Amino acid sequence: MITHMEPLTADRAPGQLPSGGPAVVVEGLTRTFGPVTALSRLDVSMPQGVVGLVGANGAGKSTLIKILLGLLPPTSGRASVLGMDCATQGLAIRQVVGYMPESECLPPDVSATEFVVHLARMSGLPTEVARERTADTLRHVGLYEERYRPIGGYSTGMKQRVKLAQSLVHDPRLVLLDEPTNGLDPAGRDEMLALIQRISTEFSISVVVTSHLLGELERISDHLVVIENGVLQRSTSTADATQLSGVVLVEVTDGGPELVARLRAAGAQVAEGTGPQVFTVELAGEWVIDAVRDGVADLGTGLVRMQRRRHHLTEIFRPEQEGAHVR
Amino acid sequence: MSADVIHDIGFRHHDGPRLGRAWVVRSLLIETVRGVFGLGRPARSKVMPWALIGILLVPPLVIALSILLTGGNELPVSYTQYPSAMQLVISLFVAGAAPYCVSRDLRNGVMPLYLSRPMMRSDYVLAKLAGLAIALFGVLVATETLLLVGALLAKLPVGEQLAGWGGGLLMVAVLALVLSGISLVIAAFTPRRGLGVAAIITALLVVSGITQMLIAIANEKGYPTLASYLPALDPFALVDGVAVGILGVTPANGLTYPAGALGALVFGSLAVATVGACLAILVRRYRKVGGV
Repeated sequence: MITHMEPLTADRAPGQLPSGGPAVVVEGLTRTFGPVTALSRLDVSMPQGVVGLVGANGAGKSTLIKILLGLLPPTSGRASVLGMDCATQGLAIRQVVGYMPESECLPPDVSATEFVVHLARMSGLPTEVARERTADTLRHVGLYEERYRPIGGYSTGMKQRVKLAQSLVHDPRLVLLDEPTNGLDPAGRDEMLALIQRISTEFSISVVVTSHLLGELERISDHLVVIENGVLQRSTSTADATQLSGVVLVEVTDGGPELVARLRAAGAQVAEGTGPQVFTVELAGEWVIDAVRDGVADLGTGLVRMQRRRHHLTEIFRPEQEGAHVR
Repeated sequence: MSADVIHDIGFRHHDGPRLGRAWVVRSLLIETVRGVFGLGRPARSKVMPWALIGILLVPPLVIALSILLTGGNELPVSYTQYPSAMQLVISLFVAGAAPYCVSRDLRNGVMPLYLSRPMMRSDYVLAKLAGLAIALFGVLVATETLLLVGALLAKLPVGEQLAGWGGGLLMVAVLALVLSGISLVIAAFTPRRGLGVAAIITALLVVSGITQMLIAIANEKGYPTLASYLPALDPFALVDGVAVGILGVTPANGLTYPAGALGALVFGSLAVATVGACLAILVRRYRKVGGV
């Protein structure tokens, strides 16, 4: 079930969870605000690695994060982070968890360095360590000379990096990133996503990242959790979700149309591809592959590739997602 | 390409100590005190506090000089009267500092970053209140001490001056707490800085003026007892009343306070209650803000 989930935690301090232990476990979690139900009997286990938390605005993502940080008591049910109970061990959790809020949260009149050093101390780091780690972390998120200038003059992308840096500076074991790609242009979005992936693979820090865009989380997540109106829709490992589909992509050097005609005659479902020599064929049975092989051999053409295509998560989720909230 | 550089450096983990709430609160308190004086902030943030501190420190020098020249045998303004005499300047100082302490975090949405760290909401409130009170106390102690130095240079009796100075310190400690509490409450409800500054100045100066007026009316209508309790409405007079009641010093601004132990008790309790109420309001206020 849990795949690609082997964070490189072997070199980390003892007493930590085994690398396979879940980062977040939620059981029967319900939270209501008066008549409004933000979360309804949520049961989900999030492994270590990168977990994408997908849902529209108001789906309950922020409420879940507040509960996980120990800042909001659940109405009923239980939640634990890294094996610690959210209702009773909030302080201990917040010592080893980082949080990047969705909203603007940076004062304009201080430099990134000063601000992150301050917040590192607020996380319990001694001053010297706070300074060192701030310099390191700002470099890791891609802020260089500009880190000495007041934050007020930063671009949105730079501000997002500062927000990310403050969530990482105390070397947490888990970071909760709330809509980190919000407000970024496509290039900035890609950079941020790459950075988030590195947090898991290179920094060995587990990540829970929220977004209302499934497509971008699909690329970087090892596991996806979809909630809608406070109800769990799906919790699945990305590898499972993008398992092999029943479609084979075929590319030949020439004679594509003839091959397609042969296959159709044999009863296969064939769809046109991007060019005359490329097409996809429905894998109705082993005989389809044989038919492709025989056809290629008979026509004396060269077979460039036969590739089973993977599903994209967006395709899987589209029917249940699209109508409700495109954005 | 910069990404290559990042890749080569590698991420270092922190295996050292992670300090607890006490360290966090202490760090926030120190940060607050530094910020009040504009340290670690842009140059223009330093102008106001230091200009006002300068103004507060000039009169003691003048007073010392005047005693030296005219040969008096006591200070024209006592240690406990001095803060009331400089009410305007002190009010301006607090009005500039309190919004920096809390409005800035509220306005810029920084609270979620504090709340997601190993501290409680009340820790934040306590650190901010203590930070502002300590900064203000520091300023007031400096003026009191300069007054003492001037008095000693003018060869006034040492014992008497030291006693007066001690009483002055006690009084400014209470004053710092009361003023910090009141101004932080106002600032915490006015995220916009300019508004906060104006509101605090208004609260401290206008209330004082209205109180004076009410006292005058009460005296005129023949209610001297009421008139003696009315100063409790004005933070400066309230603390002056505490000093008069406990230390037996001469009141500032020619005010009359209720005589005897009862007066001292009432004014003392009111001062404590003011600080307590401000703290309670702040804690309550911060229970709601900074929704993550």
